[in-house]
Amino acid sequence: MNPMLTALARLLIFPGLLFAVPAAWFFLWVERKAVARMQERVGPPFMQPFWDFTKLLGKSTPPRPGIAGFIMRAWPLIAVGSAAGAVGLLPVLPLSGGFEGDLILLLALLELPSICIIAAGFSSRSIFGEIGSAREAALSVSYNIVFLLAIVSIAASQHTFRLEALAAMHPSFLTVLGIIAILICLPAKLHINPFSLPNAEQEIYSGPMTEYAGPELAMWELAHGLEWVAATGLVATLVAPHIALAWGTSLLAGGIFVVLSVAVVLLLSVLAAATARLAIDSSVRFYWQCTLIFAVLAISSALFVRFWL
Amino acid sequence: MNLWKRLMCTARRKSPWLFHMNSGSCNGCDIEIIAALSPRYDAEQLGVLLQGSPRHADILVVTGPVTNKAVNAVKTVYDQVCGPKAVVAIGSCPATTNVFIDSRTLDGPLDKHLPVDVYVPGCPPRPDAIIAGVVKAAVLLAERGSDAPQPTVAIATAEEVQP
Repeated sequence: MNPMLTALARLLIFPGLLFAVPAAWFFLWVERKAVARMQERVGPPFMQPFWDFTKLLGKSTPPRPGIAGFIMRAWPLIAVGSAAGAVGLLPVLPLSGGFEGDLILLLALLELPSICIIAAGFSSRSIFGEIGSAREAALSVSYNIVFLLAIVSIAASQHTFRLEALAAMHPSFLTVLGIIAILICLPAKLHINPFSLPNAEQEIYSGPMTEYAGPELAMWELAHGLEWVAATGLVATLVAPHIALAWGTSLLAGGIFVVLSVAVVLLLSVLAAATARLAIDSSVRFYWQCTLIFAVLAISSALFVRFWL
Repeated sequence: MNLWKRLMCTARRKSPWLFHMNSGSCNGCDIEIIAALSPRYDAEQLGVLLQGSPRHADILVVTGPVTNKAVNAVKTVYDQVCGPKAVVAIGSCPATTNVFIDSRTLDGPLDKHLPVDVYVPGCPPRPDAIIAGVVKAAVLLAERGSDAPQPTVAIATAEEVQP
């Protein structure tokens, strides 16, 4: 098939926008519902994220004149675009046409929304936005070291930066270690509870999002949901060589992918409901002191296996 | 177009986001608002979320009799909420200034400064009454749409809530 057409289909249909946007709403609902059930509440109805999104589209925004306003409006769109691109790169279907090095592109696209959030907080010129952005920047420097080391150790042990090859690999002790390290980084990447300080509500209003309203806020919500899909999808593809086993039937592969992603969402929601927000110094210390050791261990053993065994 | 309008109407009814503003309240009503969001009453099953920023909110929930110090803050926060928006006055204080009437430190009641849509009387009102008031405001928002500045006044009481 024409590679251009395949790439477009992946970006726009599956696992891209047409699948990812409802999946994003579904994951946001699963997270809210799971937290509610943990707190013995009924929780929001199934369509709630969709209603929130639609309502925000219909709200007005404060006037933002000039180039500063234009930049402020651009950040959420860039975040949505990069998160959707990251979802589109995930190797869910058989022979989906990845290329050598697409793991690096995926990591860059996964990182872009967080950079957009930092920039958005500073360009909104609200003091709460600036505090939130500074926290997000400090947090992102901390967890990204661990996150990148974990992924590089998985990639180095398999000797490839190609997602399709990583998805098809057989699990080893190293991959399990790497996946655990990635799971530890996900709450910080998704700003959920032990590490929810960039958008700590009641504490610094809404952090970087404080000045955003209406359709712009809707785009941020969508970008957040797409980040959920991309991040949990990455774990799902790494966990499951089962997807590779099921590659005979595309439908089954897609189904396993979705089930695994929902399992990761549930795991993270339970963690979010069970913990309280940490202060910035303890979060940074957690990643630099406790987690970094394991990441360094993982990458050094990966390099050892690669070059000496 | 009509379909979009109906969709938006439903969305506004089903997703009321609140911003809570204290204009010199004794904290009694504020506690009842938190109780309305707690596991026992769980307003989130109606889509109600308490937002951190007034920019994100649809409904401004005001408690307190509006002290002299709070007047400008109340007006600023009302202007910061993006339209379409509604105001719910929680408790007897913003409705009538309650026992603080004729005090020289007050500039109330609330409707002297803002167009109030729903009054929830009580000192403090029960959480069910607060939820009923918020739902009433959400229905008003949905009916009013983007273009109808005239507020319609309603009163919400606990008796309206089905057990």
